[in-house]
Amino acid sequence: MKMLTKDPLNLIIVGVGGQGNVMISSLIGRAFITEGYFVTIGETYGASQRGGSVMSHVRISKESQYSPLIPNGRADIILGMEPVETLRILQQFGNPDVITITNSKLVHAIGIEYPDLDDVVEAIKKLSAKLWLINATDEALKLGSAIFANTILIGALIGSGILPLDKESLDPILRESFPEEKLEANMLAFNKGMELVSRG
Amino acid sequence: MAGIDIDAPGTTELFIGNEAIARGALEAGIGFAAAYPGTPSTEIMESLASVAKKMNFYAEWSVNEKVAFETAAGASFAGIRAITAMKQNGVNVISDFLANLVVSGIGAGLVLVSCDDPSAISSSNEQDTRNIAKWLDIPLLEPGTFQEAKDMTKWAFDLAEELDTICMIRSVTRIAHARGNVTLGELPRKEHKAHFDEIASFTPTLTKFAPVLSAWKHQQLHAKLDKAQEIFEPSPFNWYRGPDKAELLIITCGSCWLYSLEAVNALKLESKVGILKLGTIWPLPQKLIEKHLSKSQKILVVEEIDPFLEGSIKELVADLPPASPHPTFYGKRSGHINAFGELNPDMVIEAIARIMDITYESRPAEYSKKAEEVPLTYMPPRLMTFCSGCPHRATFWAIKNALRLDGRDGFVTGDIGCYSMALGPAGFCQVRTMYCMGAGAGIASGLGKLGQFGFKQPVLAVCGDSTFFHATIPALINGIYNQSNFTLIILDNNATAMTGFQPHPGTGMTAMEEPTKVVSMDTLCASLGVPVEVCDPFDLKNTTETLLKAMSKDGIKVVIMRRECELVRARREKKPLYKVHVDPDKCLGEACGCDRLCTRVFGCLGLEWDKEAGKAKIDETVCAGCGVCADICPQGAIIKEAV
Repeated sequence: MKMLTKDPLNLIIVGVGGQGNVMISSLIGRAFITEGYFVTIGETYGASQRGGSVMSHVRISKESQYSPLIPNGRADIILGMEPVETLRILQQFGNPDVITITNSKLVHAIGIEYPDLDDVVEAIKKLSAKLWLINATDEALKLGSAIFANTILIGALIGSGILPLDKESLDPILRESFPEEKLEANMLAFNKGMELVSRG
Repeated sequence: MAGIDIDAPGTTELFIGNEAIARGALEAGIGFAAAYPGTPSTEIMESLASVAKKMNFYAEWSVNEKVAFETAAGASFAGIRAITAMKQNGVNVISDFLANLVVSGIGAGLVLVSCDDPSAISSSNEQDTRNIAKWLDIPLLEPGTFQEAKDMTKWAFDLAEELDTICMIRSVTRIAHARGNVTLGELPRKEHKAHFDEIASFTPTLTKFAPVLSAWKHQQLHAKLDKAQEIFEPSPFNWYRGPDKAELLIITCGSCWLYSLEAVNALKLESKVGILKLGTIWPLPQKLIEKHLSKSQKILVVEEIDPFLEGSIKELVADLPPASPHPTFYGKRSGHINAFGELNPDMVIEAIARIMDITYESRPAEYSKKAEEVPLTYMPPRLMTFCSGCPHRATFWAIKNALRLDGRDGFVTGDIGCYSMALGPAGFCQVRTMYCMGAGAGIASGLGKLGQFGFKQPVLAVCGDSTFFHATIPALINGIYNQSNFTLIILDNNATAMTGFQPHPGTGMTAMEEPTKVVSMDTLCASLGVPVEVCDPFDLKNTTETLLKAMSKDGIKVVIMRRECELVRARREKKPLYKVHVDPDKCLGEACGCDRLCTRVFGCLGLEWDKEAGKAKIDETVCAGCGVCADICPQGAIIKEAV
């Protein structure tokens, strides 16, 4: 069985309110619980539907229950659903070893001049040991809805091989997480995500 | 996905703290649960209600926290274990009943869960409800892990029955809304049997359930607390981790236990710093604390919001004989721990490092420098706003225009709900006061009586539909009775939207998803003899005119803005109302003179400023299709087509 590369392993999932942070973190968390790990997830609710920045801290350990907040500079993996939010989290929680997977689709904020995507990506690259930049939203739209971007990102996270989880361990969790009529599209989305990172 | 009622003792689930508390109540064999939603407490009742039918107990969303608590007490008086849960503000609402209930004692186990919100992440304030336990002599527990949240809740019912008094559990956002491992226990399957008379007799003639002979019962209550302290001394919810003699002793509770543990580990001080973690918070396990105080000359108290433990432990120390240890205390009073806001591992690391005079580097300085060089313009802050398609945005647009057209410097007194965001740009900064449930109408009732002092400004009090039933009705009646002047605007989106669309008396649905009588706010208000108008806020023109007309009249007027919460509608109908797009030929962009009215002022998340084209456009992944923006564009460049 694959092992954690670090204990605890600190994963931050970040996005904009309404994107589906809680869905991703709880799905990943349950996969680890099934494998006998301690999992702690700290979420910021409040802004969950309303366009604010939202993040989930996921902490995985074989040893003990960790606190729901990751100390500054101690993220191991950042899974971003929006590039500006990814950069914001890297700035506070990043370190020379942090691995970043991020959606490239900008979600604009009200009343604010939005930065240039290339600048943002360049800054993310500078602060990441490794970066996977994924156009999850466009791929999701091809599957029929932007919401599938979440499952694509989960696929990318698993496909990257940085967690001791594989498609087989995720399969039952995916099956219990989605209603019958959404399952097939989500499975396609998951595979799409895996495929996108396998291309490097 | 497993619910909280999964019957698999010994297995481990990933529960949020609130689910763990609900599971603990199930394992305690509750028969009754009642609450009013409030972040971060809501999921306790939500998860209980979702299994109530299956598990053969009763659950309700009550009209407000006080009524919820009273219904739960009613069940307790009839021999049924009952729980109520609320956010910290709810404890204020129940405090009158609570202060009297502690005098009488209870029937079957009765547990109050209070979820505090350090940093006021989803709240108007960050009050520390541990204080009410000390104030009113209530045994108080606080879980430090998710497992403890379940185990303590289960035990709290036994404790309440043993002591014959209500027991309280305090949780905080980072327990309530965080997820962690919870290993399940047995679910009891006993039949509940309710009867009032069997347990009501105090003397042959006097009921137990009234605060009479209160001074004597107050003395009895103190005896109950003495007994609670004895029970708490050996409690497994209190423990010490660290060396026999420590350079520094941390005393902590709740979510701060995990922060403290992490901080000590991060600084590699396991052999020098000990941690006493307390789970029984009031009354304090005095002997246990005294024993550990001798471990170190330096004590750091780590806790969230108020210096509750710090102050209470110092009181203990003051009573110790002169030869006892009198260590130096560090904490909120010394400035080592913030006396406001929530804590995190970094803050505890910093406090310990300062006391122990060591340095800590969270990451290499070179990386920090690189991170700090990222221009802030790359990371613009995101303001919270109404969801795309939210009826409140349209309502406040109409309010803004109506107040301007009226021209008498009118303003809005606000209330608690999604629409509190109208304090900011989301609602065009229209809300000028916002305090607590029902306060908008109460304040308006006072303002509306100032005519004799020259007050001429029209006052619009806004409240949500759930808030109307919760606490606005008495203020409305007060205004009518005392002949005040204001317009009450009820934002009826047919849900308690802020906390996750819970039903309320106006929705015709109960917590257990059974259809029920709709309490009509229209009929209720009309029965009070005041004019009642109903508007669709998406009809900006009619809504603005209705508001203007209401403001032109003296007395109390009610305007109901009726439009279902967009998230609820979209979830049910799964398609937008309209397909909306911007006609690039009609949009004049910067040349229009509207100064980007749609993207800059109206500010719906579905509207985007296309920098390259210099025109507005619709973000189809976000637009909910309400079509309201089509009516605000001066050029008619935003087109809505029926779906």
